[in-house]
Amino acid sequence: MNPSLPFFVLATLSVFSALMVVLSRKPVHSVLYLIFCFFTIGGHYLLLNAQFLFAVHIIVYAGAIMVLFLFTLMFINMNKELEPHKSNLLKGAATIAAGCLLLVLVAATKGAETLPAISKTSDIGTVSNLGKALYGQYLLPFELISILLLTAMVGAVMLGKKDVE
Amino acid sequence: MVLLSTPVDYLPIAMMFVVAIGFVLFVMFATHWMGPKHKSKVKLEAFECGIESKGNSRLPFSIKYFLIAILFVLFDVEVIFMYPWAVNFAEWSKHGLAAFGEMLVFLGLLVFGLIYIIRKGALKWE
Repeated sequence: MNPSLPFFVLATLSVFSALMVVLSRKPVHSVLYLIFCFFTIGGHYLLLNAQFLFAVHIIVYAGAIMVLFLFTLMFINMNKELEPHKSNLLKGAATIAAGCLLLVLVAATKGAETLPAISKTSDIGTVSNLGKALYGQYLLPFELISILLLTAMVGAVMLGKKDVE
Repeated sequence: MVLLSTPVDYLPIAMMFVVAIGFVLFVMFATHWMGPKHKSKVKLEAFECGIESKGNSRLPFSIKYFLIAILFVLFDVEVIFMYPWAVNFAEWSKHGLAAFGEMLVFLGLLVFGLIYIIRKGALKWE
């Protein structure tokens, strides 16, 4: 068996689901495909032995951020056709622009240093090693995260809550 | 002691996912295939009794749900940070209470946030 077979299976699934996010007609289906895409990308993290990142990705992105996405979808009035039909000239221009971006990205990664898609040696991403770094060397940034979260809470309440006089 | 786990150790979990999804798909297709089908207007009604349903379900809805969702995300991120702490806590607690204090400062600041949210009445239903 090819040792990077799991990578190719996961990569195919993630590209497929990412395409389906864009191509599906119904917004809720797009969200469901996006959840699937997040799970496959989480699988890539596991292959790279970054287990904490995997857990964060599943819990925060597939769990919490997708809830926000679904909520945002429900704010939109989906009975109306909001998106006007684009002309062929605009479609052509968009294709050329996206193609140029692809070209630049491919050219940029061409000379880059490559690492194996499946890590067998590195164990820096495991939960206990990351905890040791986070609560030892990076203690101050960690404590500052709580202040960041506090400001986010205050900001959300300030913006989303009407004051009752 | 560091438990070194490699990606291969996650293969059983991947297999479990495949089996779980496969079972769900199998059951869903089996019910459609095996059960009888009666498609009448009365049967496909969302509610059997009560007021007759009008319009469709795609209505825009209130922003206050969104505030609760945002606050959920924030506390979700907070809980994530307890995970690497809890894994190492048994080892650290042998050397005194420093690790406990670190988390206490972190959570203490967030408790202020929770108090602020409750005092502002952000979780109240109007």
